[in-house]
Amino acid sequence: ISDDSSFYGGHGIVGAQVPLGCGIAFAQKYAKEEAVTFAMYGDGAANQGQLFEYICLWDLPSILVCENNHYGMGTADWRAAKSPSYYKRGDYVPGLKVDGMDAFAVKQACKLAKEHALKNGPIILEMDTYRYHGHSMSDPVGAHTFTRDDISGVRQERDPIERIKKLVLSHDLATEKELKDFFINLNIDMEKEIRKEIDDAIAKAKDCPMPEPSELFTNVYVKGFGTESFGADRKEVKAALP
Amino acid sequence: MASLLGRFCRKLVVPGSAHGSRMISTTACDSEAVKSLNLYSAINQALHIALETDPRSYVFGEDVGFGGVFRCTTGLAERFGKNRVFNTPLCEQGIVGFGIGLAAMGNRAVVEIQFADYIYPAFDQIVNEAAKFRYRSGNQFNCGGLTIRAPYGAVGHGGHYHSQSPEAFFCHVPGIKVVIPRSPREAKGLLLSSIRDPNPVVFFEPKWLYRQAVEEVPEHDYMIPLSQAEVIREGNDITLVGWGAQLTVMEQACLDAEKVLDFIFQLKDNWFKVSNMGLELIMQEGISCELIDLKTLLPWDKETVEASVKKTGRLLISHEAPVTGGFGAEISATILERCFLKLEAPVSRVCGLDTPFPLVFEPFYMPTKNKASSSSSLSSPLKKKRHYLIMGLHVWCRYWMQSSPLLITSHSICFFR
Repeated sequence: ISDDSSFYGGHGIVGAQVPLGCGIAFAQKYAKEEAVTFAMYGDGAANQGQLFEYICLWDLPSILVCENNHYGMGTADWRAAKSPSYYKRGDYVPGLKVDGMDAFAVKQACKLAKEHALKNGPIILEMDTYRYHGHSMSDPVGAHTFTRDDISGVRQERDPIERIKKLVLSHDLATEKELKDFFINLNIDMEKEIRKEIDDAIAKAKDCPMPEPSELFTNVYVKGFGTESFGADRKEVKAALP
Repeated sequence: MASLLGRFCRKLVVPGSAHGSRMISTTACDSEAVKSLNLYSAINQALHIALETDPRSYVFGEDVGFGGVFRCTTGLAERFGKNRVFNTPLCEQGIVGFGIGLAAMGNRAVVEIQFADYIYPAFDQIVNEAAKFRYRSGNQFNCGGLTIRAPYGAVGHGGHYHSQSPEAFFCHVPGIKVVIPRSPREAKGLLLSSIRDPNPVVFFEPKWLYRQAVEEVPEHDYMIPLSQAEVIREGNDITLVGWGAQLTVMEQACLDAEKVLDFIFQLKDNWFKVSNMGLELIMQEGISCELIDLKTLLPWDKETVEASVKKTGRLLISHEAPVTGGFGAEISATILERCFLKLEAPVSRVCGLDTPFPLVFEPFYMPTKNKASSSSSLSSPLKKKRHYLIMGLHVWCRYWMQSSPLLITSHSICFFR
């Protein structure tokens, strides 16, 4: 979650974030900012009840992006919805189905969507993607119908990074060796950088003093609302009312 | 005084129950076959029995087909078919609404909400539809066959959306029942009772115990009656009331309170040993705790708790949900109304803090056994006349034998506790 990059973070109930995104889009439209809101959800969450009413009524500059990896947790999309064409779900809201594994296609689609949203109103983008692993520890790879062969097949054919690599090679922008070296160096550099960042963070965390007991209540309400807990069992709570 | 004690005293190490010991249900063990099962297996068994005995019962929810994320529904789809055990779309309000409709036609719908944290989209369906169905139709219709199962409670790494205890919200709704088991044997019996109860039931399962709790569970079909609390542990000094996984923590607190006093003296002088006997008499007066498992939170068994508090005079309630507005408040208010003159101390609630369920701060949030032990009710039941008598004797003896500072210290221990 980050304020400067306008990323409003993840949510508990999947699908809960879409009306939220529409609220943000409303605020943007009201303030006449030339900005759009991308509200992302998955094919599973597409079945939560809150999705479509809010985007349509007021022609908000919001773009709903459905990342369709064909599995909502452990349930296949054709088992979860009568119409797995998620881009058509908006009824009178136009929708576009995009190959989510192609980076250029995604970029073009987003560009188109932004133009459309600012001029005409909401649009739905369905990104067709693939999920290599299970949803959680309880959802093993074998639980859905794809076998390991399928997975490696997809990795070769449709994997975004592999695809760009093939494009680069076929247009003679670089040789195989150059790419390989580039990737190896990139990996090493990136890995070094990441490792350093993690080590720094761990060292910083270990050196930091224990937080104040009042930290437990920070950000429950507006900071400085004055909730404190004290007592051996931290049971006694005092809150300063405004 | 505490610092003085700190210098002279050392905590006695008592080989108490190991971390992770579970309580054994005290329901009678008959001669029928039993099997050692954990909580999710016991629930699985209960569901198998429920579907077997009633051909018009259904189990559905998110991902139940392959067994569910906690494996509570393994084998059901294979055994009873996809028409009776099936996955639903990812829509809780739809799942519960669908279940209400199914139950309204006389079927038993056993609905699974994947985590209790996700039950809120279905809250309207439960409160406005399920709870009022019979009432608003003048008993022409009812959705009594509905049972909603949801894993609830802290699990160590759950964070905001995988650890909540929402039982208090549902206890405020007349028309539904709220049931929470504490162990595998209880879970199987209570789940079968809930499914067969002619009222809609919300059944919360402590997810922490799914694999951790192992118990001998009878293999046959048995039911444990709802709305009957159980006294798990008899005692005389204080009543502790809880439900679900919290009872394990409370039992640890009871054991701590009851064991031999945990201070011994490091003083090297010989005359200390002479008065040892008197000191030990005081030391062995631990606190005898009565522990009650409510089992059903709505409607809850007020009589059992009332009788217990009238005996002991003190009450401590513990639950994981935040303290303000938690179900402990309801128990506290009711007991105060009924047992005011018998109470020796204010009713104590040892509960979660008033914050969203934290991730990193979970150890601080949780109502641990130490919080329970140090709570005012548990640490000072000084009403016993026996205590005063022994202390009085001791004071007198030592004074006569030219009292030592030791006397004062032992005297203070009793007050400190």
